[in-house]
Amino acid sequence: MDFTRLEFVEVTRTFGRRRALNRVSLAAAAGTITALLGHNGAGKSTLLSIAATLLQPSSGTVRYGDHAGSGGAALRARIGMLGHDLYLYPELSAAENLRFFARLYSLPDVESAVARGVERAGQTGRADEPVAGFSRGMRQRLALERALIHEPRLLLLDEPFTGLDEAAREALRDRLRAARAAGTIVILTTHDLAAIESLADRSVTLVDGRLAA
Amino acid sequence: MAKKLFPGLVVITAAMFAYAPFMIVAAPYESTMGLVQKIFYFHASCGMAMFLAAFVSGIGSAGFLFTKKPAADRLAVAGAELTVVIGLLVLVTGPLWARKSWGAWWVWDPRITLTLVMWMIFVAYLLLRRYGGPGSERLAAAVALLGMVNVPFVYWSVNVWASHHPKTTVVPTLQAGMRGTFWFCVAAFMLLSVVILMLRNELEKRRQELDALYLAAED
Amino acid sequence: MTGFVRAVWVITRKDLLVEARTREIFLTTAFFAVACVMVFAFSFVREGQAISEAAAGILWIAIAFSGTLALGRAFERERHGETLRALLIAPIDRPALYLGKLVGILILMAAVEVIVVPLVALMFQAALFDHPLLLLALLATGTVGFAAVGTLFAAMLVRARSRDVMLPVLLYPITVPVIIAGVRGTAALLEADGLPMARAWLAMLVFFDVVFVTVALWTFEPVMTE
Repeated sequence: MDFTRLEFVEVTRTFGRRRALNRVSLAAAAGTITALLGHNGAGKSTLLSIAATLLQPSSGTVRYGDHAGSGGAALRARIGMLGHDLYLYPELSAAENLRFFARLYSLPDVESAVARGVERAGQTGRADEPVAGFSRGMRQRLALERALIHEPRLLLLDEPFTGLDEAAREALRDRLRAARAAGTIVILTTHDLAAIESLADRSVTLVDGRLAA
Repeated sequence: MAKKLFPGLVVITAAMFAYAPFMIVAAPYESTMGLVQKIFYFHASCGMAMFLAAFVSGIGSAGFLFTKKPAADRLAVAGAELTVVIGLLVLVTGPLWARKSWGAWWVWDPRITLTLVMWMIFVAYLLLRRYGGPGSERLAAAVALLGMVNVPFVYWSVNVWASHHPKTTVVPTLQAGMRGTFWFCVAAFMLLSVVILMLRNELEKRRQELDALYLAAED
Repeated sequence: MTGFVRAVWVITRKDLLVEARTREIFLTTAFFAVACVMVFAFSFVREGQAISEAAAGILWIAIAFSGTLALGRAFERERHGETLRALLIAPIDRPALYLGKLVGILILMAAVEVIVVPLVALMFQAALFDHPLLLLALLATGTVGFAAVGTLFAAMLVRARSRDVMLPVLLYPITVPVIIAGVRGTAALLEADGLPMARAWLAMLVFFDVVFVTVALWTFEPVMTE
């Protein structure tokens, strides 16, 4: 299945007595980068988790193109996510990490996808070292390639610019621009306006679970 | 409809418990154990009520896991709490009886061991709900469901395991005069269980409504 | 169907690869199991002679305790780096994720049992290997029963509070039939005419495994979905 538009329609999510998201409606089209701004606790991570199908909305719907709701495995194959914790196995090497995810996503040609990913992450020379020894920036680049290895339609990134130096940030921005050019729907959260200045097509701000006007 | 029945149920239950002691006193003495045997009327009734409560909790948990309806979760937690409380009664009256009849506080008898294991499963359920953090209702539901499915296995394995021990009759064959009293007590405890379940369910409903009001107040 | 089996294998293979890299869980679990056997042995050795009847009990206690540790550690790995979320986002059926982790744990525990079982036979002069096939069957079905429930609980507790102590609190009462069957079945093996009894316990374990793996597969998705 594929889709060219992600839409949140009056999505609310509560955790007991706390309302993390309050009737949020937004839409993002293919080939755009949307920045989600807001302070800690504003609901950004919750919104991303719902978009990734990791959380169910308490009310409201999420539409992926014409398909509504949870979708199942076919939908998840079109989604890629880069969380704050990177989702990498430190005991495995860069190549092994990519290989595992390539197999998990049933890619037709695993080895060439792995080689491509390693190259794009700039780690060809260190492809067989355990990831535990990498700096945060290097792990970030690898994790991004892991998230993109199956060429997802929807790419979700949670605070991707944290802990990166300027060179790494620029590399990340370039990679995201390339993804946008390929028609990916990119949504990223950050509380660093400067980082996304020349990158995002639009930005939306969450305040206490609501979209600021 | 349930709300209308409730006061009536309470009255009937209270009346039955008021009358039960008289029935028990009037019941014939059992030949070998004498007076002590009369604890059996409440002990066995509690045992049955406990398994009813465990079953209710298991069903509610399965419902909650697969439909996510809050009403199912209310039933699950009400059943679990009742299981633990009434189970405690069984586990206390059992040894009291055992001590007087057979001289030992605890006997590794199949039925009481099964009760102990089921009781522990539901204590674990409550511990998980209390200390497991947010979202633990769902996790606890899985525990209750597995607990309920486990009953035949625990019963079978404890039965065979204990069969090497000297046989002690837990429930003597009921003499004619005892049957009426026995079933009266069973009915009394079943009604009491229903009353407590309804009360706890209502309490949980109020708590859920309170959460919803908190959320509404934020707007 | 084959996609399902393939997904299970991809996950198991990754778990084995990670473990092969460090051998951490295997070594610490195996050592802990041996330490368990030793500690319990001290409780049951009288006048320098180990009580042979204690062998079956000590064996299964060691399996249960070390198994609990291994389960906790295995899922702690997925919590670190939040890789469990990555697995939940992947386009695989949730039951395949459960089975993949379960098979990995089973292989790990089998490796530990290869060490512990002969050790117990040795230390307690217990003729465990007189009926090797029956022993193997009891160990296999018992471990499957324990791990089936354990994998479900360990997975669902990954994001819960007090998860370290919660796992044994939940696991031990529910796996009582497995422990009883394992211990009594193994003890029956050691008795002169205990074979029919041992087979009866084996039958119960098989039944338990079928029922509980099914229930776990069924409840894994709703329990892991928030």
